[in-house]
Amino acid sequence: MKFRLNPYALDRAKRILWGRTEEGVVYKLLVYFLLVLIGFVYLYPLFYMVTYSFMDTEDLINPLVTYIPSGFYLDNFAQAARVMDFFRTLGENLLVSFAPAIVQTAAAAVIGYGFARFRFPGRTVLFALALATIVIPPQVTMIPQFLMFRDLGLIGSIFSYLIPAALGQGLKSGLFILIFFQFFRSIPKALEEAAQIDGAGPYRIFAVISVPMAVPAFIISFLFSMVWYWNETLLAALYLGGNLSTLPLELQNFAASFQRMFAGDPNAQTGRNLNEAIHMAGTFLNIIPLLVIYFFTQRWFTESIERSGITGE
Amino acid sequence: MRRGYRRREALVGLSFVWIWIAGFLIFTCYPLVRTLMFSFSDVRVTAEGIKTAYIGWENYRKALFLDVEFGDTVAGYFAETLVIVPIIVVFAFIVALLLNVKLPGRGVFRTIYFLPVVITSGPVIKQLMDQGAATLPGIQDMLAAGRLYETMPEFAADLITFLLGSFITILWFSGVQILIFLAGLQKLDPAIYEAASIDGASRWESFWKLTLPSMNAMIVVNIVYTVIMQSVFALNPVIGLIQDAMYDPRHGLGYAAALAWIYFLVMLAIMGILLLAARPRMSNR
Repeated sequence: MKFRLNPYALDRAKRILWGRTEEGVVYKLLVYFLLVLIGFVYLYPLFYMVTYSFMDTEDLINPLVTYIPSGFYLDNFAQAARVMDFFRTLGENLLVSFAPAIVQTAAAAVIGYGFARFRFPGRTVLFALALATIVIPPQVTMIPQFLMFRDLGLIGSIFSYLIPAALGQGLKSGLFILIFFQFFRSIPKALEEAAQIDGAGPYRIFAVISVPMAVPAFIISFLFSMVWYWNETLLAALYLGGNLSTLPLELQNFAASFQRMFAGDPNAQTGRNLNEAIHMAGTFLNIIPLLVIYFFTQRWFTESIERSGITGE
Repeated sequence: MRRGYRRREALVGLSFVWIWIAGFLIFTCYPLVRTLMFSFSDVRVTAEGIKTAYIGWENYRKALFLDVEFGDTVAGYFAETLVIVPIIVVFAFIVALLLNVKLPGRGVFRTIYFLPVVITSGPVIKQLMDQGAATLPGIQDMLAAGRLYETMPEFAADLITFLLGSFITILWFSGVQILIFLAGLQKLDPAIYEAASIDGASRWESFWKLTLPSMNAMIVVNIVYTVIMQSVFALNPVIGLIQDAMYDPRHGLGYAAALAWIYFLVMLAIMGILLLAARPRMSNR
């Protein structure tokens, strides 16, 4: 007897495996496979960095050791930490990223609220200009800014970061103003109006009602601002003038600092040469603080777009 | 009465916004104009102060026709950005589509894909590239063997070599774009897809006819964002040249200012070209 496939069964099988509007089993497996593959490629440089940072000189030379080091060799980290003056640099790095981030977020909240809630002549034009500043690369404004800070004696001081941030001209400030603008617009006006009828003034309403409702926008802005200031190297080198250092700046000068520190060392021949393991240990140390921050705050990052409503409703 | 209210509202609004207006004038508008003026001058920083002398288009002429290194670097930046930005945007869109499928544990993938945005700084990327962490094993051998060029036309082989060589740029710079696309995808109404399916549309057809057209705004935002990120990233060679020129006593700040303006205009040109290229497909929905 010839086996005949029931057309309905065939259709049903197709629906379960591939799916029509809902994704089927095979489709999901395929997507899963792709996600894992892409994820692996994403993380590969970090795997490489971590394993190499634990290798001693013999592991590096030994062709049999490719991924897994023969032991946890921590000397690389000790040396890299010394070269970068890790704890002092970390402290300064925290200062030059947290302080501007707090100031920038506060400024963006005030400015964003002003644009979102009040009508005044020229509002549209000014808001458009605020967004347009995102497009202007810092290179076009940094020479006069540098001269200005130099005349004020602010080069090498955190204030060369804080003052522009406080006036809504920090790193990508336009983006943060947009976040707060969208957020404050999405908060229903009724509460504020009720407070207004009760006799509260606009500044009181802003401080007591609007700000507490915008906590997600504050967290998101602060985190992004902090990370961008943390990773900034061009302006940091120019404005902080070697007075305040950051981990990325130290990593930039890693090879030179290492030579300076160990060149006169009589042990230079015995494994004190700058090898890729030490480089990787330095890189690892560089991103550990960020990894820790990301570990605890990842949802604020990955859900930032939806939560801030930046794409508009 | 009503007029008085209007006026009060305007004053209160300006009292919130004035800090931005002041900041914009001092830290953006004035420096922009000053850089522009510098770019037409010979600027010398002396002990008594800054001396400027108007020299017309001289700085631009030098930068564009005499400075071979700058010309080549800008041309390279222009071509590379023009190629890599669409690739990043398309890649981000594909990943967003994958992440939009309801799967257990997709939050983990989101976290992984976004991680580079948090840890990426110029020196970190440079170290990873210098130490070979940014090259996948096997790919190097494949490229070295030249097998690619034997089996494929040169154009395709060039493209693949470029893609594999810059995969870390493509992946590590697409975190925010993925989130933007994902936010857009999640706003789509599933009922529309159901309706399309009942009308006999396959998932392939619904993708082209429903999903893609509703992503227009996201595509524009992502093109702009990606061009900016690629352009202002610390490893961009053009930025290095501008920085060098600032400290180079032979040229002075005026020359560096001219370089900065050329670079800014090239960046805007790239943005314009990409947005124009994306437009025709968008307008015929």
